[in-house]
Amino acid sequence: MIALFLRDLALAIRAGGGFGLGLAFFLIVVVLVPFGVGPERGILAAIAPGILWVGALLACLLSLDRIFALDFEDGSLDLLATAPIPLEGVVAMKAAAHWVTTGLPLTLAAPVLGLLLHLEPAAYGWLVLSLALGTPALSMIGTFGAALTVGLRRGGLLLSLLVLPLYVPTLIFGAEAVARGAAGQANATPLLMLAGITLATLALLPFAAAAAIRINLR
Amino acid sequence: MSLWEYANPQKFMQTSQAVLPAIWGLTALSMVVGLVWGFFLTPEAENFGSTVKIIYLHVPAAMMAINAWVMMLVASLIWLIRRHHVSALAARAAAPVGLTMTLIALATGAIWGQPMWGTYWAWDPRLTSFLILFLFYLGYIALWEAIENPDAAADLTSVLCIVGSVFAVLSRYAVNFWNQGLHQGATLSLDKQENIANVFWLPLLVCLGAFILLFVALVLERTRTEIRVRRIKALIARERMA
Amino acid sequence: MIPDLGKYAGAVLSSYAITLVLLAALIGLSLWRAARVRRQLDEVEARRTRDD
Repeated sequence: MIALFLRDLALAIRAGGGFGLGLAFFLIVVVLVPFGVGPERGILAAIAPGILWVGALLACLLSLDRIFALDFEDGSLDLLATAPIPLEGVVAMKAAAHWVTTGLPLTLAAPVLGLLLHLEPAAYGWLVLSLALGTPALSMIGTFGAALTVGLRRGGLLLSLLVLPLYVPTLIFGAEAVARGAAGQANATPLLMLAGITLATLALLPFAAAAAIRINLR
Repeated sequence: MSLWEYANPQKFMQTSQAVLPAIWGLTALSMVVGLVWGFFLTPEAENFGSTVKIIYLHVPAAMMAINAWVMMLVASLIWLIRRHHVSALAARAAAPVGLTMTLIALATGAIWGQPMWGTYWAWDPRLTSFLILFLFYLGYIALWEAIENPDAAADLTSVLCIVGSVFAVLSRYAVNFWNQGLHQGATLSLDKQENIANVFWLPLLVCLGAFILLFVALVLERTRTEIRVRRIKALIARERMA
Repeated sequence: MIPDLGKYAGAVLSSYAITLVLLAALIGLSLWRAARVRRQLDEVEARRTRDD
């Protein structure tokens, strides 16, 4: 399983595109927002937590269809499905590799981009914490969506339609945690809910995703 | 004699053909009675003026929007556990009906909101949840349309329906939390069931019944269509083989 | 005929109109597709019995 994880990491970095693309997209979204709403410091600071969360979420979405598509095309997904390790484990490793190549860089880059949006100083810690807690859930939910659409030729658009509604709770609690942190309010509840969502998706969704892959390979 | 006998497509076709005219008739009757009663024969409410008449559409549509999803969830579970094709097709047949009901609930709610709240749209928890439900219906229908293999489509949409249900409930609570987090205490509430007088309650009951009957009639009719489509495909495939 | 709806007439009438249009569209599409599929099935069935 660890070998599989390392293989996916190496593929994501070497195959080009996937790794840097999410980050570049995140940067562009954050840069475009001030052009849309104007450069006033107060407005930007007020919407910064939400923009950063939505940007991270969209950047995460970009690379989802690559999770299984390449393995499905060259047949290695069939091999993985018949391999001695459980398919649930394969799915979890795929999600983990996706998180390390997109979720983690996004989390680390977010404070820098927060600077561009005049994020409140108090919020930086909460931003990193909430993204670190929330992005694994985004990767896992996205892996489930990718598993559902793996056999489809034009699955990309459908994938977004399926996955985005599932992202709503994560987004709400994540952005709320940052916004409350920025305003100096107690934000333990959204952070705990966010962690709860992440743990629950990590525990349960591999089974649903593995079931979807078995159906698609049948 | 057990309930599962109706899972046989032939038995289902026979039974549904026998009962459908009666259900359509009852639907039409209760719909006309409920809406005419509600529209022409009820007084105006004290605070709402004549807009109170919108609830005869809004409340039943909102109720059926949620119930349709629940019915799809149950049908999906039955398909996954017992592999009855009729169940999977019934779930597929119900989705567009649920989508339309959600749309009606949203549209009538927005029209009601304009004079009452001064805005067509507010990010009120209930409204937001319905918008999310609308997106779930869209995704579910799109997944059905996208997959060619009928059994794989039934399986995958069932899995999506189950996962989606969990997330829909989660979103409901998240949205509740989110808006109350921004505005301390709800400024607007839709207290319909509370303090509602009999003059409004009785026609509303009739309309609720009418929408339930309409849903049943439409789902039966559409499930019959889906079964026929399956049969056409099977026969054409057999012709090609011969 | 139509009761006095006061200043909210537009809201009430338009929500009834939208609902009825949407419901009619849903029912109409369902029945139309049902009839079309039934015709197709009859055709295919007829072809099959003729061939036998």
